[in-house]
Amino acid sequence: MSLRNIGVVYRKELVDSLRDRRTVISMTVVPLLLFPALTIGMGLLGATMMSRAKEEVPRVMIVGGEDSPKIVAALKKFEKIEIVPTAPDYVTQISNKIIRAAVEIPPGFDAAAGRGEKQNVTVDYFEGDVKSELAQERLDTFLKDYRVDLAKALVAARGVPTNLLDPFKVKRKNVAPPEKVGGSAIGGMIPYFVIILSLTGAMYPAMDLTAGEKERGTMETILTSPVSRTDLVLGKFFMVLTASLATALLSLTSMAISFMLAKGMIDKLVSEETPGIHYALDPRGIFAVLLMVLPLTVLFSATMLTIALFAKSFREAQTYLSPLTILVILPAIASLLPGVELNTRTALIPILSTSLVGKEIMAGNHPWGFIMLIFLSSCVYAAIALGAAVTMFNRESVLFRA
Amino acid sequence: MIQAEKLSKVFPATKKTKEVRAVDAISFVCKPGEIYGLLGANGAGKTSTLRMLATILEPTGGTAKVAGYDVVEEPEKVRENVGFLSTATALYGRLTAQEFVEYFGRLHGLDDGALKKAVDGLFETLGMNEFRDRRCEKLSTGMKQKVSIARTLVHDPPVMIFDEPTMGLDVMAARTIVGFIRQCRDRGKTVIFSTHVMTEAEKLCNRIGIIHQGRILAEGTLAELRARHGKQDLEDIFVEIVGDGQ
Repeated sequence: MSLRNIGVVYRKELVDSLRDRRTVISMTVVPLLLFPALTIGMGLLGATMMSRAKEEVPRVMIVGGEDSPKIVAALKKFEKIEIVPTAPDYVTQISNKIIRAAVEIPPGFDAAAGRGEKQNVTVDYFEGDVKSELAQERLDTFLKDYRVDLAKALVAARGVPTNLLDPFKVKRKNVAPPEKVGGSAIGGMIPYFVIILSLTGAMYPAMDLTAGEKERGTMETILTSPVSRTDLVLGKFFMVLTASLATALLSLTSMAISFMLAKGMIDKLVSEETPGIHYALDPRGIFAVLLMVLPLTVLFSATMLTIALFAKSFREAQTYLSPLTILVILPAIASLLPGVELNTRTALIPILSTSLVGKEIMAGNHPWGFIMLIFLSSCVYAAIALGAAVTMFNRESVLFRA
Repeated sequence: MIQAEKLSKVFPATKKTKEVRAVDAISFVCKPGEIYGLLGANGAGKTSTLRMLATILEPTGGTAKVAGYDVVEEPEKVRENVGFLSTATALYGRLTAQEFVEYFGRLHGLDDGALKKAVDGLFETLGMNEFRDRRCEKLSTGMKQKVSIARTLVHDPPVMIFDEPTMGLDVMAARTIVGFIRQCRDRGKTVIFSTHVMTEAEKLCNRIGIIHQGRILAEGTLAELRARHGKQDLEDIFVEIVGDGQ
């Protein structure tokens, strides 16, 4: 092995790749455009949709209640909803989003309420429709208040103090620091994106430097030079790794900038009543995630180099590498599912483990045992993949596959 | 000097193909200042033989010494002493002509001073200064051939191996290559080249080996072959030998 030769091959591959428009696009444009579009676009869209939904006064129908003028009058006075004339097809109207909800009042409600008898009031709404759910929440609040007022009137009539009905109040206080809230909300996504993008960043050069060389007829040219095949594959490997790391770094930078921009814009939009989205992220956490992703980028680069080398043409290499993308995306997605947590078993599954520990790091937790275990196991997987790449490059049946 | 002794190459059977005995125990010697021509039809075993001599492929039997080094024991030493040119050895399209030649010079271990001297000399001799900084993908076929020639000569190797170097080239480009092969011989290099073009073999070779189905069926100077077969035309001689072999 000669470091000088590895360096010569690496420099040539770097110059060659940087002059290739397709490599540059896959390395830079995707991370630089995807994140601003995703964070700012989605964040703005979400915030706008929420505030619009909250501005709307939902149209609500009262079903029944002809003999209960008191509750009907109270509902009509409630400003946060708009009462519309009753129609028999109210369920269809909710489904078709003509009205947002309906309140079904049982016969003789007012009279029975005056006697303190138990009754059922039904609220019809469409689950999954944000606007309908908002109408349901408002009706729920209204009905709870109405129930308390009713109860107070009943006990007052019997000469009992009304504060007995209200012995304590509940207050909510958030103790999680903002970066932890941000960590679980958005930080969990960061390792996932970095992993996926370091894969896509490595994919194009891995194909170009192997199957691409075979297709263009330069493989035979380079094999006639005295450089050993091990030096050759290592030089190529470092180039693919560079592309992978550059993509990961660019995507992280782009993400950090996007979050900062989006935070400003969304803070303006989201009103105080929405607990909403916290965008505070710890830069040290982001750096730690990059460090954890490092052995994975080695694993990706070496694996893709090995697989692509087997292909005779660029197209064939694409056919082999596309399933690999899914193989990587699946464990990365699994890490986003609720309930999938870091333990000794998941810590040994490549990709999933890095994604999970990245999520923990972004949330401000540092499970050192797992961090070491995952980093080391990823390094072992990476070394195996690199060994495979070197072996494949020394097999003429692979280099000259008929 | 090239010495091949019972050199063999067998490609093992795969799921789709049967075992192929591409080169079957061939022996020959090629001396410095001599052009040895391997003459054979497509699939005769020419490319596999030359690839083994250039250590791109490993022999499955026999051995060969190139410039004094064994192709199996010291493949990297062999490659340091060989210039290999074939129609399959393409250029890196995104590198300029100069970068391309320099890259191979560096891989041959030349330091900056030696590299500059070698590259400047070659670009001058081959008349390549005009397209020195042009990317290889933008060059004409003739220019590309010159860049390839410069690549094989940048480390001034004592042994030159040419695998059907004129295949697919027009008359002018082919003439450049043929002239270049002659120059190599005149400068005392050991030259081996393969072709299926009879006239090229007639014009260039000091000795000819007629290869068929992986074996050398006849060998000698053109005069020896003519005398042995009582025919003047190399094509007639070739057909007679190969026909005999079948």
